[in-house]
Amino acid sequence: MGWQKQILRVNLTKGTAEIEPLNMEWAHDYLGERGLATKYLYEGMDPKTDPMAPENMLIFATGPLTGTMASTSGRYAVVTKGPLTNAIACSNSGGKFGAEMKFAGYDMIILEGKSPKPVYLHIIDDQIEILPADDIWGTSVWNTEEHIKSKHQNPLLKVASIGEAGEKGARYACIVNDLHRAAGRSGVGAVMGSKNLKAIAVHGTKGVRVKDPKAFMKAVKETHALLADNSGRKGLTELGTNDMIDAMQEFGGLPTKNFNEVQFEGTSKINPAAAAAVGPDGHKNLLTNKACFGCTIACGRIAHIHGEHFSIVNKPEYRHASGGLEYETAYAFGPMLKVDDIDALTYAAFSTNEHGLDPISFGATLAAAMELYEMGVITKDDTDGVDLSFGNAEALTIMADKTGKYEGFGQILAMGSKLMCEKYGHPELSMSVKGQEFAGYDSRALQGMGLGFATSNRGACHLKHDVFAEDMEDQTGKGKVEPCKNSQDKIAMIDSSGLCLFTTCAWDTPEFQKQIAAACEGDDWTVERLIEVGERVWNLERMYNLEAGLTAADDTLPKRLLETPAPSGTAKGHVSELPTMLPEYYEYRGWTKDGEPTTQTLSRLGLESR
Amino acid sequence: MQKSLLIDPQKCTSCLQCEMACSAEHTGAFNPARSRIKIFEFEHGARSIPYTCTQCAEAWCLHACPVEAITKNMETGAMEVNETTCVGCKVCTIACPFGTINYNPDTGKVAKCDLCSGDPQCADACPTGAITYVDAGWTGYDRMQEWAVRTHAQTQA
Repeated sequence: MGWQKQILRVNLTKGTAEIEPLNMEWAHDYLGERGLATKYLYEGMDPKTDPMAPENMLIFATGPLTGTMASTSGRYAVVTKGPLTNAIACSNSGGKFGAEMKFAGYDMIILEGKSPKPVYLHIIDDQIEILPADDIWGTSVWNTEEHIKSKHQNPLLKVASIGEAGEKGARYACIVNDLHRAAGRSGVGAVMGSKNLKAIAVHGTKGVRVKDPKAFMKAVKETHALLADNSGRKGLTELGTNDMIDAMQEFGGLPTKNFNEVQFEGTSKINPAAAAAVGPDGHKNLLTNKACFGCTIACGRIAHIHGEHFSIVNKPEYRHASGGLEYETAYAFGPMLKVDDIDALTYAAFSTNEHGLDPISFGATLAAAMELYEMGVITKDDTDGVDLSFGNAEALTIMADKTGKYEGFGQILAMGSKLMCEKYGHPELSMSVKGQEFAGYDSRALQGMGLGFATSNRGACHLKHDVFAEDMEDQTGKGKVEPCKNSQDKIAMIDSSGLCLFTTCAWDTPEFQKQIAAACEGDDWTVERLIEVGERVWNLERMYNLEAGLTAADDTLPKRLLETPAPSGTAKGHVSELPTMLPEYYEYRGWTKDGEPTTQTLSRLGLESR
Repeated sequence: MQKSLLIDPQKCTSCLQCEMACSAEHTGAFNPARSRIKIFEFEHGARSIPYTCTQCAEAWCLHACPVEAITKNMETGAMEVNETTCVGCKVCTIACPFGTINYNPDTGKVAKCDLCSGDPQCADACPTGAITYVDAGWTGYDRMQEWAVRTHAQTQA
């Protein structure tokens, strides 16, 4: 219960699809979604495998609460070895695809091998077909979704697909579902492309049952009410995640101009107030907010571009509404590039969705290219004649399209900032950890977040730890190790449940516990056990990475954050205190000085090194 | 007092809590594929519209049924399907102009909104008030009031 107790294993080399029982022993240790998929990945493949090789596994995984009435129950994760980081990739998405896959009867879909020709999966409950994708290969995510629904005359299908970027191996290509939700980071879309898999289309009619419906509905009512009354939730509903941009601007933690600055004077033109402002001609960027499956928060933004904006003069298909600006997109296209044109930002958000690119890595890679251009390392001869000066809105819109379609200089940007900056002899300009670009928080102003960036198993990422409150209160590195580690473990548990991290504005572990305990079989789902599940997941991810060849040396930050003081804001003059926090963090985790879990730690968590 | 479902699409975020609540009430599982209320999305997600049975006073489905499996609940005003009597002939699904009565291949019977015997779970689950259960004679009350407020403002000006 909670789980469907079966998984679908597709071997694309052989063209076979088999349904097999879920390993319930593993489910009890790892819950589902991120954790359980990590266990399947760890056991199923050699971590040293080339991410783009057929031997890499690509796992779509739901959690036991996915597809239930628990608020935010639309989550699923894509777990694989990522080409951007050569480490474990774990990208989480909402929308409606994850729940649909569960309704079809699967906790997970595991994809192995490589199809000889482009294909897509068509799944209606137990009927599974691997179909040729010739008609849609080389086309965008939006076209793919529309084409598949129309071909099967089935509007009830939910589709997750890759665009041209993923097909061609752009290292931060994502998998987009429901037009504008994405398993966004670490290049999971490139892995899908390497398998010649264009899309998964699924419709399910089996439903999800829980162990104790009465207790579950009671827990659901209580937790819904907590969210309904919570001010953080109200902020997310009304303003979306981009509410953060004003806070970061004021605080001086808003990475600007490829982290050369920490504040951006243009935020008032791209913040939620700007999106909601009605222009003299009645145009308003923001149309409405939108929920993912089961979500009572609805932080998603639906926006449209001004009809006369330069970006859509010859692009009628972009005159409609689509997914608008969220904080990370706004940060990566706005301050990082010093662009304050909300329509250009919205255009680039549409484009990266349509072509299947992670907007964070794309924006941050373009920012590095702009710095190279400013330094004169690259010129218009390299950039297809485009002026890559910071602040050039047109450069953003052109390069979003070029990278999404893998054309011209877009092919260089598609390498990610690390390889691109190495290629041009300036590795120090890549603002990344383990090859993955930063989310919008400067580690000099937010010390605990910086520690989390450095130690995140999938490279720089804002979604695997939560030290905001502590960082906003105190700008030093003191006292950041505990909240960093504890939040990493807690989030690993949440990411394994099928629910969304954003519920933590109103919920703590006990709120997750009562929903999990009522939904999942077994009678010992205590808070302590759930926290242990999270810690187990974190350590298993770490073991995977160590076996893949990563070391403590990879738990670091770019020089710019360690050596160049923040130029302004409340943390003016500060650098990251990572060198003092990191040894303390290893110790607190029960790891050696080299960042390896000790035998005692492993045995406490029921893990074993091999 | 008879009540009816009132739907305000402006407030719908397409979270599908209603579809889950409906299916849980009627099938015991969270299963939007078996929900009697459906959310339809338009304009790339910019608009979401919940749609379900309006409980016609002269119900086509009721009149079309050859075995009298559909009857009116006099208390709630809902047309209800008696599953024991229903033979799954689907004539009602042809008769209904709105498509809100549908065949369920799992049971071999038809299914439609029955207002959950007067406690509609969709309205209860809706987090934004897009679906409410109000006096059947005054489903237009809020909209009338809105216009009255405008008229008031204009006459004050």
